[in-house]
Amino acid sequence: MARIDLDLAHAYKPHPTQDSDYALLPLKMSFRDGGAYALLGPSGCGKTTMLNIISGLVTPSQGTVTFDGRDVTRLSPQERNIAQVFQFPVIYDTMTVAENLAFPLRNRRVPADRIKQRVGAIAEMLEMNGQLNQRAAGLSADAKQKISLGRGLVREDVSAVLFDEPLTVIDPHLKWQLRRKLKQIHHELKLTLIYVTHDQVEALTVADEVVVMMRGRAVQEGTADQLFERPQHTFVGHFIGSPGMNFLDATVVDGQLHIGACQVPLPSDKAETLRQAGAFVLGVRPEYVAPAREGEPGAVPARVEQVQDIGTYWMLTARIGEALLRARLSPETAAPSPGQTMWLSLVGPHTCYYKNEELLA
Amino acid sequence: MQLMLEGIEKRVGGQAHLYPLDLSLVPGAATVLLGATQAGKTSLMRLMAGLDAPTRGRVTVDGTDVTGVGVRQRNVAMVYQQFINYPSMTVRDNIASPLKLRGEKDIEARVQALAAKLHIEPFLQRLPAELSGGQQQRVALARALAKQAPLMLLDEPLVNLDYKLREELRVELTQLFATGDSTVVYATTEPTEALLLGGYTAVMDAGELLQYGPTAEVFHRPQSIRVARAFSDPPMNLLPGEAATLGVQLPGDVRVAVPLPSNGSRSVTLGVRASALRVQRREGDVALPGTVELAEISGSDTFVHVDTPAGEVVTQLAGVHYFDLGTSITLYLRPSQVYVFNEAGVLLVAPERLTRRDA
Repeated sequence: MARIDLDLAHAYKPHPTQDSDYALLPLKMSFRDGGAYALLGPSGCGKTTMLNIISGLVTPSQGTVTFDGRDVTRLSPQERNIAQVFQFPVIYDTMTVAENLAFPLRNRRVPADRIKQRVGAIAEMLEMNGQLNQRAAGLSADAKQKISLGRGLVREDVSAVLFDEPLTVIDPHLKWQLRRKLKQIHHELKLTLIYVTHDQVEALTVADEVVVMMRGRAVQEGTADQLFERPQHTFVGHFIGSPGMNFLDATVVDGQLHIGACQVPLPSDKAETLRQAGAFVLGVRPEYVAPAREGEPGAVPARVEQVQDIGTYWMLTARIGEALLRARLSPETAAPSPGQTMWLSLVGPHTCYYKNEELLA
Repeated sequence: MQLMLEGIEKRVGGQAHLYPLDLSLVPGAATVLLGATQAGKTSLMRLMAGLDAPTRGRVTVDGTDVTGVGVRQRNVAMVYQQFINYPSMTVRDNIASPLKLRGEKDIEARVQALAAKLHIEPFLQRLPAELSGGQQQRVALARALAKQAPLMLLDEPLVNLDYKLREELRVELTQLFATGDSTVVYATTEPTEALLLGGYTAVMDAGELLQYGPTAEVFHRPQSIRVARAFSDPPMNLLPGEAATLGVQLPGDVRVAVPLPSNGSRSVTLGVRASALRVQRREGDVALPGTVELAEISGSDTFVHVDTPAGEVVTQLAGVHYFDLGTSITLYLRPSQVYVFNEAGVLLVAPERLTRRDA
């Protein structure tokens, strides 16, 4: 296992002049030895490019990739000693499950008794001991992908295991079990895992740390909790959570926080920063917008546009001035009626403030 | 437009694709066809559109029998999973095509208005291939809307888009459907999507129509285990138990005090939604001790899989929570929040809803 450092950029053109010429904008990033990471973002954000640069399938147009301080920028995946698992099963249909799992070890001339031991251990972790002597050809897509996962995990001496959307073909009802397996195996083997996905549940569940990417840029690296509570960039606020964070234009005038036509006291711990910024964007998650009493500090009146029964909660859509706001209300509160005015608390400990899309306070 | 299916049945080569069913769609409203893949959603839509004829039964539109009348003779707009547009036509011509076919006037103004509604005005000069998936599907939707057909069928239209785009388009679609100009049928595999779209929901499973009604009502009062299973995400926790003197007895000596009807069976199934299980105890709660198998984090929610003596359950907690695998945990449940199904899977008891929406 290795610590991986990136200090690089990757451009589509020989002489990039603008941001859109880059698949990956200049970045510095470190992956801890033994850490589980996810690269998360919409299609075209650069996550697969980054994975391919780490594995050695793509050489960055500038900069370096180092494994434990050793420059591997120009080395092949094999020379970097990387294991990879792809979106679709890559296995040998004519071989048995055991032979498939043993294949990466046999290629590296691992002694036979050691192979047997490793294959047994991985098969047990994946709950495939019963199928070891079965031919791979007749297996379901799920089982085949489990073999692919097993082959990625069978060697203990790899620098890192890279996954590119490995659970896409898995039946939704079985996904959580494989996520659990991956987490267990990571805990037991302490492998360096890097996992590419556009599925937030998968990223936040499997990885300890998630890198959120957007248009060739890593906008935040953090734990699920950090990404939810303190998005460093408005895109993270929007992308994590369903629905994402609400954003409202706000200004400071005469020491008061103005949101649309309403004003509320400045939060004392952030007052100075906000006063200096003058104009900014207030971000508050639908989970943290709560009904309030009229005139309550931090609350503003809003016009109820729509109330949806989402089964486990009410989804409120309300308007503050021109801006739309969504809120998740407890099913134990009485649902408001469209057209009605209700007070909603917006300023609290979970509220974030942004300037030029970046977190201010 | 009043579309009615009476005693509809579809068999293909001796195999039942749809078992006999009756369905009378609420005119001018959106109906969600909810069910897993292979439930029969697409088969049913093809009969509604006139792409297929039923093996048995009658299809009527505003009282007129149209059974066996082909799609070309009907006025139907359709949107599919795949983004289907005319590849050699610009976005403008794609949207204009149904209008031109009918020889309508003011085509340019109508195209502009539709493009504005679906936020694709900047792309009117481009070809579909030059657009992202989300934009291509917006073009297909605009073309379907341009048709102004009294019946609009959408077969999992958002399934190939990433979830943020889905979220955004779903909100817009709900607004478009709310105008009541067309009777809309929308197929999906996702329970949450049905709840977000609102309107009416028809739950399908293995070629059978199980229940039809206002979406929230079907969700809160599923008539059977099969409906409850299909219309719950995460799946409803279903725990086998026995009817006892004062409620339901579960394995592991867990007793849930819930009044049961006297005519119920001895063996019953207790149904508990993931959101009804909490980690904070309240007065009168039943405790369910267990160990954590996995905590799945979506951002807005954490879904904790817990192994308990009564069976494996999932709980939904708002926000981000961490649990190590194998940790001990106790879940709490209010007895009035459970569903009970009899041996045949028929609903006996549904939770009292704490609040109802003001009419």
